[in-house]
Amino acid sequence: MTTVSESPRTAPTTSTGPARRGSVPSGRSSGPARRAQLAPYLLLTGAVLVLLGGMGYPVIWQVITSFQKYGAMQQLGGKAPDFVWFENYIKIATDGTFWAVTARSVAFCLITAFITVVLGMLLALLMTKTHGFARLILQLALLLAWAMPVIAAMTVWIWLFDRRRGVVNYLLNLIPGVDIGQFNWIGSSPILFFLVASIIVTWMSVPFVAFSAYAGLTQVGGEVLEASQLDGATGWQRFRFIIFPVLKPVIAIVLLLNLIWDLRVFAQITLLQDAGPQSTDYDLLGTYIYKTGVAGLDFGAGAAMSIFVLALTIALSWFYVRNLVKEESA
Amino acid sequence: MTAATSNIRPATRPRKGAISADGTVIPVRRRGLRVGKGLLSALAIVLAVIWVFPVYWMINSSLLPTSALESATPTFVPFGGSFLNFTQVLTPSFFSALGISVSVTLLSVAVCLVFAFLASIAISRFRFRGRVSFIVAILIIQMLPAEGLFIAQYKMMSSLGLLSNVLGLSILYVASVVPFTIWMLRGFVVGVPAELEEAAMIDGLSRTQAFTRITLPLLAPGLVASGVFAFLQCWNEFTVALVIMENNRTLPLWLRGFVQQSASHAINWGQVMAASTIVAIPVIIFFVIVQGRMTSGLVSGAVKG
Repeated sequence: MTTVSESPRTAPTTSTGPARRGSVPSGRSSGPARRAQLAPYLLLTGAVLVLLGGMGYPVIWQVITSFQKYGAMQQLGGKAPDFVWFENYIKIATDGTFWAVTARSVAFCLITAFITVVLGMLLALLMTKTHGFARLILQLALLLAWAMPVIAAMTVWIWLFDRRRGVVNYLLNLIPGVDIGQFNWIGSSPILFFLVASIIVTWMSVPFVAFSAYAGLTQVGGEVLEASQLDGATGWQRFRFIIFPVLKPVIAIVLLLNLIWDLRVFAQITLLQDAGPQSTDYDLLGTYIYKTGVAGLDFGAGAAMSIFVLALTIALSWFYVRNLVKEESA
Repeated sequence: MTAATSNIRPATRPRKGAISADGTVIPVRRRGLRVGKGLLSALAIVLAVIWVFPVYWMINSSLLPTSALESATPTFVPFGGSFLNFTQVLTPSFFSALGISVSVTLLSVAVCLVFAFLASIAISRFRFRGRVSFIVAILIIQMLPAEGLFIAQYKMMSSLGLLSNVLGLSILYVASVVPFTIWMLRGFVVGVPAELEEAAMIDGLSRTQAFTRITLPLLAPGLVASGVFAFLQCWNEFTVALVIMENNRTLPLWLRGFVQQSASHAINWGQVMAASTIVAIPVIIFFVIVQGRMTSGLVSGAVKG
């Protein structure tokens, strides 16, 4: 769901390969050709209408508003919004805070997505090398973490990192030589705040990567590996030349999806801010737009920032979509 | 893990030299692998414990009394626990949020399934002008973040007088879930060959009969799976609900309320965890049932070209 914070975990599904090919009936044009021409459009009506209403209209409104002065006066005072063209964009472009927030979001997204994918891959490789029962236990654990609703996961993690009675501080204090007492992870500094956020997001996202990569790894033929081993290939060579080429497309897609998803961590950051500091030093794009637009009533600037986020996401998704569509028309 | 992987190598190495010699190789190889495997399995279980711990901790804490949660030493197993926290959070505010969530979710899922089902038939059974554009559009729309839209959606709902309204939220939910549902259902529709339907029609069934008697039953599992996904997305949604539903909280917003109280007074963690458990358990059950389809779906596209 575009919106749904949960969507990170729900990736688009394609049917299993072979069945899809050639399934579009070819002889449809002969008999009831006329009706068949109209039928698909009728079938699409409902979906198209709801998409136009729920997505299309807001996007267009947003584009228009981003060129208007639409502040508290217009919102509350009933004053008609004036067109100011690029003023909002100039305003956000010269806003140091906005750029700081953007840089932070991009850094957070890159680092978290990268760590997530690497960890997920390692876990998947581990799954191929363990006993069946250990693999099953690991998969069950990952599945449970994956299934956790975002908000519930956030409350648990905030409790784990609680200053006074959190398990994290308790366990760290058990380590000989470590005495951090009642350390405030969330409220001490932005770096630690985002470290905690990154740990939580990674925890949530790794299962998807691990399962996808594991499914990919099972496509690597056991015989091929065996044969290469007999031919004297080292473990690294086997990974580099046999396993990695098979995994590459999976890694690419999974990394892309994680980059897109890690840009939209509004729910996670909002909940962490509930439990900690709320200054803009602790904002990422989502929460900053919310503060500017909805809470601060500056719709014009908020809309301009939203357009920026949409453009960023579409640029990233484009590769993903192109990939899926290429397959579709193949 | 890399360290552990390299552990195998010395064990497996000698085998290569020995393999040409005679059959004694096999026991050597087996033992070498087993040692490595044992270590890696242990590592896998340690990682499993780390990953599952937050989920366990939620349930554990939800069963413990405040005295145990406030003690300097955490209680790792909820012996002598009770369901007191649960009875305390099942307040009218919970039931009101539950009601809102249930109505929004049911409405959204029902409408979404109908629209998505029809659309998925269109894009998988017909070739028509604009088909690929439509597919590209839904794939892109599916990626649009709420962060980039909620201001406009807020404004739209406020001008329609649908703020804090089940209908308003449902419209936005259907719009954001329908692209994914179309894409997912399309996979299932394509899996049922059109020839089946044609064969039934040759055998004397009308087009409608062929569809309802042959195709629809075969698609039932797909409809259920897609419906569950749509359900999960609507049920868990936070961002749009936060913006739109100022006065009518859904369950995620209700749950957030427990952590938000922190400013005014100390958080009662037992209650927060009980509330989280109530919200999470149905989701986990549904999710576990259908997740296999999702992973295999995404990767099959990437792997099996």
